[in-house]
Amino acid sequence: MSWQVIQQALPLFRKAFVLTLELSAIGVVLATILGLVIALVREYKVPVFSQICATFEELLRNTPLLIQLFFLYYGFPSIGIKLSAQACAIIGISLLGAAYMSGAFRGGFSGIPTIQVESAKALGLSPLQMIRHVTLPQGLTRSVPAVAANAIFLVKETSVFTVIAVPELTNTARDLIGMYYRTDEYLLMLVVAYAIILIPLSVVLTLLERRVRRGTFGD
Amino acid sequence: MADPNNFGPNDDEILLSVQHLKKSYGNHEVLKDISFDVPRGKVFVLLGPSGSGKSTLIRCLNGLETIQGGTIAFKGKPIDGTEKTWRRLRTEIGMVFQSYDLFPNLTVAQNILLGPTKVQKRPKDEVERQMDKLLADVQLSEYKNAYPRELSGGQKQRIAIVRALTMNPELMLFDEVTASLDPEMVREVLELMLGLAEHHMTMIVVTHEMEFARRVADTVLFLENGVILERQSGHDFFTHPETDRAKAFLDSMAPISDEE
Repeated sequence: MSWQVIQQALPLFRKAFVLTLELSAIGVVLATILGLVIALVREYKVPVFSQICATFEELLRNTPLLIQLFFLYYGFPSIGIKLSAQACAIIGISLLGAAYMSGAFRGGFSGIPTIQVESAKALGLSPLQMIRHVTLPQGLTRSVPAVAANAIFLVKETSVFTVIAVPELTNTARDLIGMYYRTDEYLLMLVVAYAIILIPLSVVLTLLERRVRRGTFGD
Repeated sequence: MADPNNFGPNDDEILLSVQHLKKSYGNHEVLKDISFDVPRGKVFVLLGPSGSGKSTLIRCLNGLETIQGGTIAFKGKPIDGTEKTWRRLRTEIGMVFQSYDLFPNLTVAQNILLGPTKVQKRPKDEVERQMDKLLADVQLSEYKNAYPRELSGGQKQRIAIVRALTMNPELMLFDEVTASLDPEMVREVLELMLGLAEHHMTMIVVTHEMEFARRVADTVLFLENGVILERQSGHDFFTHPETDRAKAFLDSMAPISDEE
């Protein structure tokens, strides 16, 4: 183990670290927004769209991200759509994430007792008013733990981007190992880098879970 | 309505009329041919063994269940059964359920204000004044900014009743509102309902509290297997029920006594 090797690799790792953070953040945010839309469409059984969303969700949840990326990166150019590796990465992680997030949100909504919906109806609330004041706040709160778990999962999934040569952390480590054969140093740096992202994220999300739950239900 | 606490027995106006109502789940007929008229200001109590269709019937009366036959008319107008019509009528027909019907994500005040301000679009200060008065009446003013979790079961149900009343309904439906309460909390809820009856609120009540039913009912409808087996004034039903089934039902509900 040599400190010099680590020091020399630091600038490259820093760059990869920032890119991983950016791709993760964009991916998680897009996946969450899209996932919520899909969940609402499915929950309220919007005709036609509901079936499309269900198919989309099943398809994406049941194929590996690796294959989805190959499809976007190597498959799409053959039908005339050529995207950069990073664009493919963002699209891939957002769509896969959306499928998972939709499941998380739907789980949250399905936990709402029927009586809540009925008493909202009994007060004469319109479907939109019900979503806004009753089902959305309660459903979102119930979804937070699963959404948080998905967020962490998606951050780790960015390591798959290495297969289409996006210079994120895993790709950078692999490149360096290939060039200099300093496996110990680079793998250590890789693990530390992921830990620096994921451990604080996990702590923050746990606190958020508790806070949202207390804010909504007070327990 | 001049005095908001007096729901006014005017003439013999029929507020709610149910004719030949039929309801089934798949092939199972839950309500077979139900007809009755509720005059304004009267209290109807639905009694019957579990599975007789009481709860289903009361749920049909504000459109939570769709019916397969017959008509329901409110204030002389037949209801067409569309969700749009029901949504409008639900501001005039209040309902309180067995339990857990307050929204846990909203405070007591937010729970109460939601319907009147968002659905009825009434000015907030006017609704707040009404709410303050009603909360004072039920001695729960101090819980205005509390969340439902901070309340006991009996307090929650009283707030649920206040929430429905703040919409100024003309008819109130109560679906076993004390069934999931601890015994010591049943009384505070029933007393509030007795008070409403004294103020001539038109009410349809499903309950298993026989003493309360005896005191509050202008009319008892005794249901079994989806039909009205017996309809009598409250007093007559409890003193001399006509059918053997009703007699057996009352015996089974009687308090356990020492004598054999």
